[in-house]
Amino acid sequence: MEIVGKLQKQFMDFMSSLYREGFLDDQFLQLQKLQDESNPDFVVEVVSLFFEDSEKLLNNLAMALQQQVVDFKQVDAHVHQFKGSSSSIGAQRVKNACVGFRNFCEEKNLDGCIQCLQHAKHEYFLVKNKLETLFRLEQQILAAGGTVPIIS
Amino acid sequence: MNLGTASSSVSWQSSTNDRVSDMQFPAGLRVLLVDDDPTCLRILEQMLRKCHYEVTKSNRAEIALSMLRENRNGFDIVISDVHMPDMNGFKLLEHVGLEMDLPVIMMSADDSKDVVMKGVTHGACDYLIKPVRIEALKNIWQHVIRKKKHEFPKDKDFEQSTSLEDGDRQQKPQDDVDYSSSANEGNWKSSKKRKEEEDENEDRDDTSTLKKPRVVWSVELHQQFVQAVNQLGIDKSKTLLFLHICPSLGEHSDPVPVLAEGSRYPFELVEIICGGMKWVEMLGIIPEAVPKKILELMNVPGLTRENVASHLQKYRLYLRRLSSVSQHQSGLNNSFMGHPEATYGMSSFNGLELQALAATGQLPAQSLATLQAAALGRSATKSAISMPLVDQRNIFSFENPKLRFPEGQQQQLNNSNKQINLLHGIPTTMEPKQLADLHQSSQSFVAMNMQGNPRMQQNNALLMHMSQQQHPSRAQMLNETNNGQVSRPPLSISQPLSSNGIRGPVYNQVSQASSMVDFSLNQNSELQNNGSPLVRSNSGMSTLTSKRIISSDIKGSRGFPPGYDIFEELHQQKSQDWGLTNVGSTFGASTDHSSIPGTLDVSPSMLVQQGISSIKKNGQNGNSHISKVFSSREESGNVHPMGGGPQLNLIPGGNLLNVKSEQLPDTSYQNTFFPDQFGQDDLMSALLKQQESGGQVETDFGFDGYSPLDNLPV
Repeated sequence: MEIVGKLQKQFMDFMSSLYREGFLDDQFLQLQKLQDESNPDFVVEVVSLFFEDSEKLLNNLAMALQQQVVDFKQVDAHVHQFKGSSSSIGAQRVKNACVGFRNFCEEKNLDGCIQCLQHAKHEYFLVKNKLETLFRLEQQILAAGGTVPIIS
Repeated sequence: MNLGTASSSVSWQSSTNDRVSDMQFPAGLRVLLVDDDPTCLRILEQMLRKCHYEVTKSNRAEIALSMLRENRNGFDIVISDVHMPDMNGFKLLEHVGLEMDLPVIMMSADDSKDVVMKGVTHGACDYLIKPVRIEALKNIWQHVIRKKKHEFPKDKDFEQSTSLEDGDRQQKPQDDVDYSSSANEGNWKSSKKRKEEEDENEDRDDTSTLKKPRVVWSVELHQQFVQAVNQLGIDKSKTLLFLHICPSLGEHSDPVPVLAEGSRYPFELVEIICGGMKWVEMLGIIPEAVPKKILELMNVPGLTRENVASHLQKYRLYLRRLSSVSQHQSGLNNSFMGHPEATYGMSSFNGLELQALAATGQLPAQSLATLQAAALGRSATKSAISMPLVDQRNIFSFENPKLRFPEGQQQQLNNSNKQINLLHGIPTTMEPKQLADLHQSSQSFVAMNMQGNPRMQQNNALLMHMSQQQHPSRAQMLNETNNGQVSRPPLSISQPLSSNGIRGPVYNQVSQASSMVDFSLNQNSELQNNGSPLVRSNSGMSTLTSKRIISSDIKGSRGFPPGYDIFEELHQQKSQDWGLTNVGSTFGASTDHSSIPGTLDVSPSMLVQQGISSIKKNGQNGNSHISKVFSSREESGNVHPMGGGPQLNLIPGGNLLNVKSEQLPDTSYQNTFFPDQFGQDDLMSALLKQQESGGQVETDFGFDGYSPLDNLPV
């Protein structure tokens, strides 16, 4: 029980920090609300989808920007997609990185785009890391027989 | 992503109605979700499930579409992302709208105004910005209900009616005009009037309460439909073209009160201020591609007229969207939109003139084509419309309103001899918006049916007063009417104003005008019944009764918008200088009206007077300015030009042309409206024939595939 309590506290603190630091926003909370008995792993499921999709997108983006002749429309389309999915799961900082990215796409600023890509990638891996930590904590709580606290 | 994942929840085969009446509604609402983003797809699915909806998801638009086609009754609403790799979300939206007519919600992370606008113009019933919250999804059921209610306005209890997807909408939404029926029956109802004339609905074959088997508009069927529509559009047919413009000078001038007595075709007078003068234009349109004909052409067993009618309505909306989008892009309709009254402008005038010309056989096919092209693409020759009729080709210069109103009034006047200057006398001083409006209005041409006149065939003048944007495609309408001799050139209309084909514009016009069209040839009673024509601010279809351009009794006064004070105008305008005379001259004038039996030579004053009286009789109330005036010419069959008096030139489609600021000598306007060849009697008989045939207005709109006037209010 101690352990569970500790883990739970750890979980809650961590979660709060993620919101506080802007890694996650209210949308993530929405996702958590969607989780229920019939879909107990909903959040993990969705986040996994996000990871998978994002990595593909980031690869596509890298490739697109490496072309001899960069197709900015295509780049923009990818960024738009990335923006959509990151915002849907509440990965706020990633989403913000995409906003700036799109502006450079419009301007057809290759350097700007490359920089933005780096930035977006960086943010993505950050949040990925955080979320993985979060899920690990959850698992630990459940393994210790506790329940995952719900943060509202 | 995996290919089209389509996880279907329990399929609920019951009709929407049943479900709606279900206590648990909106639970069980069947949603089809389409998004290529797997994350979003999963999240939305979960959210919808939380709302107790039945969700089917797909990450491919094509797969979603085929699911819809296979199971038309299987869904109540579609939610789709805008940006998808295999198919643009808007395209999917259109397909769904055309084929299944389900409500579609668009969504995107893109919240820029133009994208949202696109959603609107394409007919999306809602637009959600990502990230979507569950609250936004909770209420999507309202779109389902709303759509249903619109389709079956008379149903008190739509639970009893057929399901929402029923393609056979018996009841046209209150806001829409049942153009198809109207066209067929020669009735036109404006949306406003619709409510008042619900009984008319009952007269129609389609009864809303009857449960009809739903028609699945497969791709093939739709293709057949489009072919039939196109074919009809090309066919020559009698059309009534009628455009009359009369200037009303100053605030106190009387507009031309040309009223079609008992005409079944409503027409609308639109007041345009141009060059410091107010012009009243009367437009009327008669559509050609009516459901009945389309049905006949399609020759599909089991398909009913109602099926076609409702599909046609949707199709028109679709085309309108296309054209409006393009128009929007080309900025054509900007000003137009805002000025419903002023719109029925010049362009239509052109069309009318063309028509008239065509009718009179003076207009060679090419001219019509040119005209149409001009109208459509607005890129028409810049040549002054006011070109003398002699060179009929010039008539078809539907250029920008600005162009239309060349300084050339004078020359127009001079040129008149039997020529119709389309944009004759359009003062250049016209305000831009006026011009634009006029331009817009050009789209609606009133096609005169000149059946009697060998040449007058066709005219699809669709004069649609469209408060909305109108495409110049109407010009096509005009083209259609060439008397048989003029082979209708391929619709130049196809030159879309914008990227869209003519269809779009014409379509729009039609729909707009349709609401106004009152194709009743009957004189008094018809007009009354149709009252709506007068009222509609946006589509003013004027019925042209050749004989009665000036109807002494505007029964249709109902149509007058409140506040429309025709009477006042009429009264005031006795001595109005019918700038129209320009019109008259545009028309070319046959100066010797008197010699032309049956010509629609109506002197403005005559018209005015009659109009006034008729209007009065009908108790038309009016706004102080006649935004819509029904004008019908009525003269005992022959309109004799009034010598020297202001002449009303009923120039089909040409009203705007004559707008000019200066007063033209009356004599020049004596002419008529229709060139000699056009006999009033002929026109009349043509009209009557049409009327007899059930009011089917057969106008050869000459545009591809859609009949603008199908009374689809757009």
